[in-house]
Amino acid sequence: MSDLISQNLNMIFKTPKGETVHALKDLNFTLKKGELLTVLGPSGCGKTTLLNITAGFIKPTSGNITLNNKEIDGPGVERGMVFQQGALFEWLTVAENVNFGLRMKKEDPIETQRKVDEWLDIVGLKGFGNTPTYQLSGGMQQRVALARCLINNPDLILMDEPLGALDALTREKMQSLVLKIWKETGKTIILITHSVEEALLLGERLYVMAPRPGRIHKEYNLPFASMGLKEDLREIKKNKEFSQKREEILEMIWNMEEEIMGKDN
Amino acid sequence: MLTQILTFLIFFAVIGCILYGRRLIRTEKVDAVFGNPERALGGTHWVIVGSSFLLLVWLYYSWDIAKGFYPKSANELCQVAKVNDSLLGLKYQFPIEEREFKSTSQIKKENKNLKIIKNEIQNSEELNGQQKTILISYIIKTKQLIPLLTNENLIEDETKQKIDDITGKINLLTENFQKPDYPFETERELNERLKAVKEEGGWGITKVDAGSGSIENTLEVPLVPATYRGLKFHAAAQKLNLISDEFFKLRNHNPLFKSKIKELKEEIKSYRKNLGDNEEIASTYAKNIVKIARRIEFASIYPPNALDKMQAAIIKFDNAQKDAQGGLRFIDMFLFPAGTIIASGPSCSEQGSGRWLPKPSDTFNKFVLMSKPSVGYKDIPLLWIQMVDVSKMIGFILPDWIADILPGEYPVHTKDGIVKQNFKGGVLKIVTGDFNLFKVPVPYGHIWDSFLRVFLGLIFGILIGVPLGLFMGLNRFAKGFFDPLIELYRPVPPLAWAPLIISVLGIDNTGKVFLLFMVSLSIMIISARAGASGTQLSKIHAAHSLGASKKQILRHVIFPNSLPEILTGIRVAVGMCWGTLVAAEFLAGTTGIGFVENVAKKYFQYEVIWITIFIMGMLGLLFDITLRKIIDKTIPWRGKG
Repeated sequence: MSDLISQNLNMIFKTPKGETVHALKDLNFTLKKGELLTVLGPSGCGKTTLLNITAGFIKPTSGNITLNNKEIDGPGVERGMVFQQGALFEWLTVAENVNFGLRMKKEDPIETQRKVDEWLDIVGLKGFGNTPTYQLSGGMQQRVALARCLINNPDLILMDEPLGALDALTREKMQSLVLKIWKETGKTIILITHSVEEALLLGERLYVMAPRPGRIHKEYNLPFASMGLKEDLREIKKNKEFSQKREEILEMIWNMEEEIMGKDN
Repeated sequence: MLTQILTFLIFFAVIGCILYGRRLIRTEKVDAVFGNPERALGGTHWVIVGSSFLLLVWLYYSWDIAKGFYPKSANELCQVAKVNDSLLGLKYQFPIEEREFKSTSQIKKENKNLKIIKNEIQNSEELNGQQKTILISYIIKTKQLIPLLTNENLIEDETKQKIDDITGKINLLTENFQKPDYPFETERELNERLKAVKEEGGWGITKVDAGSGSIENTLEVPLVPATYRGLKFHAAAQKLNLISDEFFKLRNHNPLFKSKIKELKEEIKSYRKNLGDNEEIASTYAKNIVKIARRIEFASIYPPNALDKMQAAIIKFDNAQKDAQGGLRFIDMFLFPAGTIIASGPSCSEQGSGRWLPKPSDTFNKFVLMSKPSVGYKDIPLLWIQMVDVSKMIGFILPDWIADILPGEYPVHTKDGIVKQNFKGGVLKIVTGDFNLFKVPVPYGHIWDSFLRVFLGLIFGILIGVPLGLFMGLNRFAKGFFDPLIELYRPVPPLAWAPLIISVLGIDNTGKVFLLFMVSLSIMIISARAGASGTQLSKIHAAHSLGASKKQILRHVIFPNSLPEILTGIRVAVGMCWGTLVAAEFLAGTTGIGFVENVAKKYFQYEVIWITIFIMGMLGLLFDITLRKIIDKTIPWRGKG
């Protein structure tokens, strides 16, 4: 059993003004090994909170979350993380960024070098090892971030809007890359996104979350990720079912936003 | 010689560059629109013009061009100034450069004074009617003294004779002065004069004191006339001095005036004697009236036309000496801008920009002298190399207690008075540097001392400030605990601490290094703290997820991420330290650039002051450029992350 299981997860924040915000309320879900879950929702619905709890950066107010039957208590190598802006260490080169985890574990340098070359090849950055990271474009930076995370061989990969800051073309390429890596490594992945299309394309499962209190509003099981492994992503977008789902979810999120606006005014 | 060549070079450079610039504008058809910063790019030729212009202004206003092209001009102008100085006393008796006769203005002044006293007496409430009447009668009597002096019929024959005598002497001087071979110098006198000139040295020459080996004050303007033209003026000035002395000894006191003033003085004296203790005010007024009477007595007041001939003689001489100056007047006018050479009493000096703006040539000479270890400044050169035995450094670094804690005893002398060395004694020799190894060159001097102080203060500040600052940026306890200390001492201007620290830790290096340590510490703490707390959370999170430990995150993420702030902090700290150091050296010390400037200030050594200013500027620039290079090398990602 290498599942991610969340039981009655609750997270309550106190704002500086003294108001309490129920960021997550009674979250229950199970993610099986090898599944790709995308999480979608309007801002403030607790997506990032969920990810931060899973990564171990913050502790939930109540409830528990386990990975491989082990309670998550602080950050760990078995849960890799990819951030929106890459969060690369700009004082290091591409290779030094990628092998950061291995260097911290003081692994054999020759073996490390081999792994770095291998992963740079997979993410399509072969020969960029000695390039300073600040010279890379946004898409290349995200590739480095992916390689940096995957070289540690984590059980679970958490992606916090990893493609949000990229232009449309790069984004499409990166989406294929994520699918490719998912297929080749068989990792469990949680991907948070703002884009309905991306959530539909990449998610084997899709949670639409609702705000105040943050909760899972609707759950989908989708075929498009498996299709995307064989087909061109652009073809899938033309799929009728795809458009239908997209409209449905857009409507859903639209309504949620309306509701929030109504509450605020 | 060098100045002349330099002046011409600068001229040609300026003209050449301007012509080049004009041609560039004509040939370069495509120019960006107004406001486009490209219009400000390039333009090395204008840099040359700018710096040449600065140099030219410096050369011109420091009178170095005058010195380069006419090295004897200052000496000649000094002789002219001597004549003007001697002539001044005579001239200002007459409306030559003044508006009125000295006698006229003196009469006007004393009449005014008498009027003021009269008014005061009349309006006084403390004086009674009788006192007022008496005092006013004294005033009237004093006033009546003046016509006794200005009446032409009363002037004595003896006085007239003397005036004619003086006039004759002036005329004779004028006549002689216009002769080509005046002042009729003999061969022997000539040789003696030339010897004296040689001994005195040239304009602006720097003398080295044979005893202490330190540079002495510069000879501002040589006094002994070096040229024949100068000698003429020198001789005339001496003669004029005698004449004017004679004139000022002369008094226009006829017997009538003498008896009247004596009468008045005695009258007032007896009146004051008979006044009671309670009549002090009347006594004071009486005293003031006597004072005015005395001033009239000694004012050399003459009848209006009595000195006419003398005035004409003086004007004639003045014109003659002006003619004799010839081209020197133009040199004075054009090559001595914003001032000239003046004589006062026995000495000549530069007055104006040439005085406080040192000549580049003098400055360069002095700089060379100060750099030499054989001369230096206060026995220490600016910057030199000396050979130091490595053993001394080892002895300095190793603490002496190493020998103390070793087992055993230090050697004790025997009955025969022999000291037998043992192991413990040997170790002591090593830790105190009492042995010989090879020698290595080590820099020393004022510049090196200042540099070392800044360097040490900065290094200690960085070594303690950076870890502490990072710690404060990451830890609530550290931030809270150390914040009050830092915030309390940081806003105090560093120089306000200087007197305290220097009196506690001494005027030598310890006090200054500690002061600079304080300056750099607060800057380093604040910048390191800003760097640490400014680390992007996602980077920290990423490092955590990649399995880095706390120590590793500090070493591999937070520290490199704070480097830009830390390095900028160092750059700021260097500037602050440099400024503080110079001021601290001003306060107290025996070496250092600030010390040099402070001593130079006391002796008005303008060249030295400018040299120190220049050195400080250069060193500050050097520090900044070095740090900028380091910053560019170490944190190329700055502003690009």
